[in-house]
Amino acid sequence: MTARTVLQQADIARALTRISHEILESNRGSSDLVLLGIPTRGVVLARRIGAILDSIEPGSGTVGALDVTMYRDDLAQQPTRAPSPTDIPPGGIDGKTIVLVDDVLYSGRTIRAALDALSDLGRPRAVRLAALVDRGHRELPIRADFVGKNLPSSADERINVRLMEIDGVEEVSIQ
Amino acid sequence: MRHLLSTMDVSRDLAISLLDTAEDMADVSTREVKKLPTLRGKTVVNLFFEDSTRTRVSFEVAAKRLSADVINFAAKGSSVSKGESLKDTAQTLAAMGADAVVIRHSASGAPRVLADSGWIDAGIVNAGDGTHEHPTQALLDAFTVRRNLHGSASRGKALDGVRVTIVGDILHSRVARSNVWLLDTLGATVNLVAPATLLPVSTVGWPVTVSYDLDEAVDAAPDVVMMLRIQSERMNAAFFPNAREYARQWGLDDERLARLPAASIVMHPGPMNRGLEISSRAADSAQSTVLEQVANGVSIRMAVLYHLLAGADS
Repeated sequence: MTARTVLQQADIARALTRISHEILESNRGSSDLVLLGIPTRGVVLARRIGAILDSIEPGSGTVGALDVTMYRDDLAQQPTRAPSPTDIPPGGIDGKTIVLVDDVLYSGRTIRAALDALSDLGRPRAVRLAALVDRGHRELPIRADFVGKNLPSSADERINVRLMEIDGVEEVSIQ
Repeated sequence: MRHLLSTMDVSRDLAISLLDTAEDMADVSTREVKKLPTLRGKTVVNLFFEDSTRTRVSFEVAAKRLSADVINFAAKGSSVSKGESLKDTAQTLAAMGADAVVIRHSASGAPRVLADSGWIDAGIVNAGDGTHEHPTQALLDAFTVRRNLHGSASRGKALDGVRVTIVGDILHSRVARSNVWLLDTLGATVNLVAPATLLPVSTVGWPVTVSYDLDEAVDAAPDVVMMLRIQSERMNAAFFPNAREYARQWGLDDERLARLPAASIVMHPGPMNRGLEISSRAADSAQSTVLEQVANGVSIRMAVLYHLLAGADS
């Protein structure tokens, strides 16, 4: 199958910059803001958004990682997945505004797992969701607050997000 | 992973993956809510035909932290003391719907029998069988060594080049056997030190060097000294003249402890015979990892149960 590039490096950068501004706007500043990326690529995106926030309002980009493997509802349908590290910033998440960051929002099940994982870690004031790509086909009542690009797709298409830090190239393609 | 019976079956990749998963499980143990929903609805049976506190409790805590249901089954006070066979016990557990059986048995190979017999469909974890193997102990020992060496940067690393000296009753020790295979798989070199009477008749084919002099081994400055328990329950013959002589020749006493490099760690699988194979000062010193090993045992067993039970049947 042939892959078609939908977002290039510059598009991704612009989308992340816009998301960063939207996060600051909706949070009315950067107070008590914690970005938690969902491994693997969500962590990279969270770090990048954190760096942009930091450049707009210094000291505002608190970034961590939240692994949801242990909370997934499809563990029994797949070969054993190796979990990734969870890294909660020293301040914890109690009373903070959490922005979950993932690369692709699809069924919503990963986010459901992330919400369960969060409730075991503490009680945030609010939880928001940022996704680079929203491809539709939700199976749960979940929506993103900040979206890089809405990409209506058919269920048998594959969306590939490739990022420099992990894949050596930077693009979003559809296949 | 279908069963965990022997560290001989554990590949390097699987070993590292288990140790990495245990790192994540250790993080859970430091949280306020020390529980994951991962194995909800699964049943783990602790089938213990031999006495044990730390291993049984450790498996129980591990299973409970993953939200599995735990059934403890001790041979004493069960139908086993009325003469029920392993087969009937296994089939009874199968009928009750056990997803995993953690078994400790005084007969070497009992877990293998359970795994190969077809009596029960559950995943089998060997929690110590006779003088054969105790794989989760070896995994937690490797985990403890790796953490002491690499700290928070442990993920993904093996134990290449680490020099481990195992001292004591090698002959009866399932801990030593499991450790020998796993440490070799992970790239460490192993030196066994024991009186000739407490070594197996032949160590041909074991990836180890053997020596009989603890002082020499201590002066070689190993990274890890692993003391084994003198298992008085298996001492059915005169393996050494008396306890005092054993302690003098093969015990880690204060003087030998002082000669070890400060960076070397002292391990013991417990329970310790203080004053016999290890002096009180050595057991309580900053170099001792005895309590760390117990804490790491829970993380490792969580990782093993996760790999055994969470994925699809392959």
